Amino acid sequence: MHAFFLGTSLFLCLLVLVCLYRVIWGPTTIDRMVAAGAIGTKTLIILVLMGFLYDRIAMFIDISMVYAILNFIGTLAFAKYFEGAGEI
Amino acid sequence: MTIANVLTVALLVIGCFFFLTGTIGLVRFPDFYARMHATGKSDTLAVFCCLLALAIHHGLALDSFKLLLIAVFVYVANPTGTHAICRAAFRAGVKPWTRKTNK
Repeated sequence: MHAFFLGTSLFLCLLVLVCLYRVIWGPTTIDRMVAAGAIGTKTLIILVLMGFLYDRIAMFIDISMVYAILNFIGTLAFAKYFEGAGEI
Repeated sequence: MTIANVLTVALLVIGCFFFLTGTIGLVRFPDFYARMHATGKSDTLAVFCCLLALAIHHGLALDSFKLLLIAVFVYVANPTGTHAICRAAFRAGVKPWTRKTNK
């Protein structure tokens, strides 16, 4: 099970690298923001899997919870700012 | 190989599959709205599947309850964020993609 969790973490890291393409070469600012949100969602799962790999599950679950809340608040703050700015 | 291990592996594989489809849609689709459509829904389901698998693997404890709490939070928060960012883009005047040959 340990090796399976490690393989899943590596697969998700690969997907994060693919998402990073859209962050770097995204045509508009809002594309970059959406891709950053998707990377944050994948990082959530990677953090919990790291907790299982290192046997420090209690600490990593709290970190992951804070990360989920920060990702959501960041997305909402960007949406509010973008709606006010009205420029791509 | 117990039934919990089988469920864990199956749900993690399903979650990784939905992450893969969301990422492919994010990279390959032509438009901002289409990318949002691809990644907003599949990522939510993938997070739910992965966290449910890890909670089943951990067993009945406080930590698995926290994992389910994260899953429920993401299940509420991720569509809300998707809706907010799409509405902001629509009000800021981002045009949807249309096929050029139909004009």
